[in-house]
Parts: sequence; C-alpha cells; structure tokens
Amino acid sequence: MTSSAKQFAREWFGGVGRGTLLCRDLFYSIFKVKPVWHDVVYQMYFIGVKSSSVVCITGAFTGMVLCAQAYVEFHKIKMDTGVLALVSVGMVSQLGPVLTSLMVAGRVGAAIAAELGTMRVTEQIDALRTLATHPVDYLVVPRFLAMLLVMPLLTASSVCVGIFAGFLVGACLLSINPTYLWYNMLHYTDMNDVMTGMIKTFVFGAIIAVVACDKGLNCPQGAEGVGRATTEAVVYSSITILITNFFLTLVLNRVLV
Amino acid sequence: MILEVRDVKKNFGPLPVLQGVTFSVEKGEALTIIGVSGGGKSVLLKHLVGLLMPDAGEVLVGGVNIACLDERQLLPIRRRFGMLFQGAALFDSLNVEDNIAFILNRERRYSREEIDRRVEEVLDVVGLKGIQKKWPAELSGGMRKRVGLARAIIYQPEILLYDEPTTGLDPIAADAIDRLIIRVVQKLKVTSIAVTHDMRSARRIGNRILMLHEGRIYADQTPDEIFKSTDPVIYRFVNGIADPQEQLNYE
Repeated sequence: MTSSAKQFAREWFGGVGRGTLLCRDLFYSIFKVKPVWHDVVYQMYFIGVKSSSVVCITGAFTGMVLCAQAYVEFHKIKMDTGVLALVSVGMVSQLGPVLTSLMVAGRVGAAIAAELGTMRVTEQIDALRTLATHPVDYLVVPRFLAMLLVMPLLTASSVCVGIFAGFLVGACLLSINPTYLWYNMLHYTDMNDVMTGMIKTFVFGAIIAVVACDKGLNCPQGAEGVGRATTEAVVYSSITILITNFFLTLVLNRVLV
Repeated sequence: MILEVRDVKKNFGPLPVLQGVTFSVEKGEALTIIGVSGGGKSVLLKHLVGLLMPDAGEVLVGGVNIACLDERQLLPIRRRFGMLFQGAALFDSLNVEDNIAFILNRERRYSREEIDRRVEEVLDVVGLKGIQKKWPAELSGGMRKRVGLARAIIYQPEILLYDEPTTGLDPIAADAIDRLIIRVVQKLKVTSIAVTHDMRSARRIGNRILMLHEGRIYADQTPDEIFKSTDPVIYRFVNGIADPQEQLNYE
C-alpha cells in the first residue's frame, strides 16, 4: 500500500468512526435531552424556506428537459402521450430526491459546515462547552431534525413543479394531447414510486446533516481549515448521496415492489 | 482544596506541551499562571475545565477526577466554572443579551423578567449598561471581553478562568479589565485562575503566581517573590529579556 493510499484509508475510516460517534450522541440527545423546538423551527426556515426557490427551479428545468428529451424517443414509437408518465416516475423516485438533496447539500450543507467551522476556530464551541451545553444538543440536533422534516417537503415541491413544467412543455410546446398526458402520468405513477422517493429524502437529509455537522465540528484551525471543511462537506455528502441512492434503489425495489 | 492537578502530561503529536504539571488551588485564591507564548498555559487552563484531556495524570475538581469523565458527565462539573476566552468567544448569532443569558435560557428555570434583571445586573458590574440589544460585531475588543466576563459570572460560578484577559487591548483597556477582574473576584468571592504573559496584569490580579516553563511548574511564589527573584529564567521573563547572548551581540 502506498503512503497516500494509507493516508486516504486512515482519513476515510477516521471519518466513518467520527460519524458513528456523532450519530450515537445525536440519537442520545434526541431521545434523552429535550430538543429546543424554537431552534428546530428556525433551522426549518433557514433550510426549507430559503432553499425552496433553488429546488423548485432545479425541479422545473429537470422536468422540462426530461419531457423534451423523452418526446424525441417516444415520438419514434408513437408513444407521445407517455412522456409525462416517464417524467413523473423518474422525478418521483429518482431525480427529485437526488437533485433536491444535491442542491440542499450545496446550499445548506456548505452553510452548516462553514458556520460550525467558524464557531470552532473562534472558540465559540469551547465557550458553549464551558457553559455546560453539549454542542450536539445545541448545534446538531436542531439541524438534523429540521433537515428530516423539511427534505420531504422540498422534494415534493420540486417534483410537483417538475411534473407541471413537463406537462406545460408537452401540452404547449410539443402539442401532445394534455388529457392523455395527464391520464398516463396518473396511471403509471405508483404509490411505491412515491414511497421510494420519500424514504430516500429522509436518508439523504440525514446524510447531509451528519456529514456537514461532522465536518464543521472537526474543522482544522484557520480560515483555510474552514474553507476545506466547507468543500469536504459538500463533496462527501454529494458522493455519499449518490452511492446510497444506488443501494437504496436496489433495496427499496425489492422491498416495496 | 477546590482544584488539584496531579502530574498532568499532554503531547500534541510528537510535541510535548505539558510534562508533569502538579499544583493545587484553595478556595478563594487568585492564581496567575505565567509563561512564554506557546508554552502551554492555555492548554493547561483548558485541562482544568475538561476542554482538553490529559494523556496522563489527574485533574481533580472538588475531589472528582474529571480526566476520566465523558463529555456529558462533564456538563454539571463545568457549571461550577466560568471562563473568559482570549477573544471573548461571544456567539456571533446572538445579541449581547442572549449571549449573557445563554445558560439561563438553556436551563429554562427562570422567568423572562428574572433573566432580564440578572442581565442588567451583570452588565452593571462590568460597566456596560444599556447595550443588551447590540451585536458582538458592533463591540470593541475591550467591550467584548467585558461581555464575555458578564456571561461567565451571570450564573455565579465557583471558579473563574481567564485566558489572556488583557491580550490585544490597549494599556487603558487592559487596566480597566484588570480592575474589573479584581472587583469581580472581591465582590463575588470566587476562586480565580488567570493565564497571562502580561506581567503588570499578573502582579495586580493574582495573590499567587505559577510560572510554567518547559512544560513544568518552574516557580510557585507570591507576586513580590517573583518580581524580586534573581533566578535567571524568572528574571528574564519578568523583565522581558530575550536570549542574553543575542542581546550582547546586538549591543
């Protein structure tokens, strides 16, 4: 094993170990220490309301592109009215949760890592500890709970906007019969697809919160350290989401179908 | 004895910082720890409140060895301490009032009126009345330290820790902070432990001085003894003399 591979392996296992310990503290805090709901609501506003425009724009253009591209192929086999069903199933079970999570990881994950990292390098986290407050109780739990509560709503709004945008493209630009478009979309979109998407959003939300908080709380000293923690929070949470999505898809297809 | 440190050792990687520090503090004492920058003073202070854990040795707070406690077990013990950080470490996202009342708000045992009254009281003690609604970014360095001190004393801790209380302040602001520390110690009758390399401040705020040198306690004396010492290490530090050979070459 080369030294860089050893270094990577050490960092990776170190990260997994830290993440596990953070999860242990997190669940202990959620079940044994009462969460401060005022802080959770504030984080819901920051994560949810402030991210809604970004995820809706992402959903809208994804739905529109998917519809336009699917039309090219479906038109060849005379299945034009099925394009919105493809947009719907794709958005609900895969693209909606994944793209929403990636956008939230970029916007909120980075902000959480930067905020907690700055608190660490300016000794604010040490100050918190001397004030008899566990950093996980005050900083991690509200962000984690808010993320769990808000991610399904963000994904649902992204998916709805995406499907509606796809419908407009199909009906107005591509002149497909709107009644059949809508009917096929409802007919082919299963409750299982919706369940798959919703379960994924919970898991992805948890991943973003844990990775971003871990990177922030363990940020190296200095401005460079905060920058690195922020970048790593986005990169690691995005990669973890993509990898988890594959395995979750396999498992949920087996369990739910 | 309120605090006891027994043979504490701490390394950061290969670098030994504390190499067997032993001392104790009686209730009501005002102790000052001096030593060169980077000599481990702040590291030692952080060991006292459990922000850092020793590689070896014991830190006893009221007879309890905190070196073997986990973060959650430490929380009630930390309630006995108040700490003023070097940069004050005020929470950026909270205004002065919420910074000072942080621990009272978290404990959810006090009414809004009670909290407001106590915030006003401690702001009066530190000489900053009427700034409750200001944000940390709007305060000067000296004001931030005073607010940090107000936050540390609002819950009436038994032991106050000061990490370089006058560093980065102009001489007048430093003098004001020194007077404030003396006043707080006298008024609240707390045990105080300050870390500093400002010798003027060390002489004024402490009735006992420990000198940390090469990771060990080199001297444990009264301020007068330290200032009159002829020991070359103490003399050089107290009088701010760099390497004597280097100075001779310069002259």
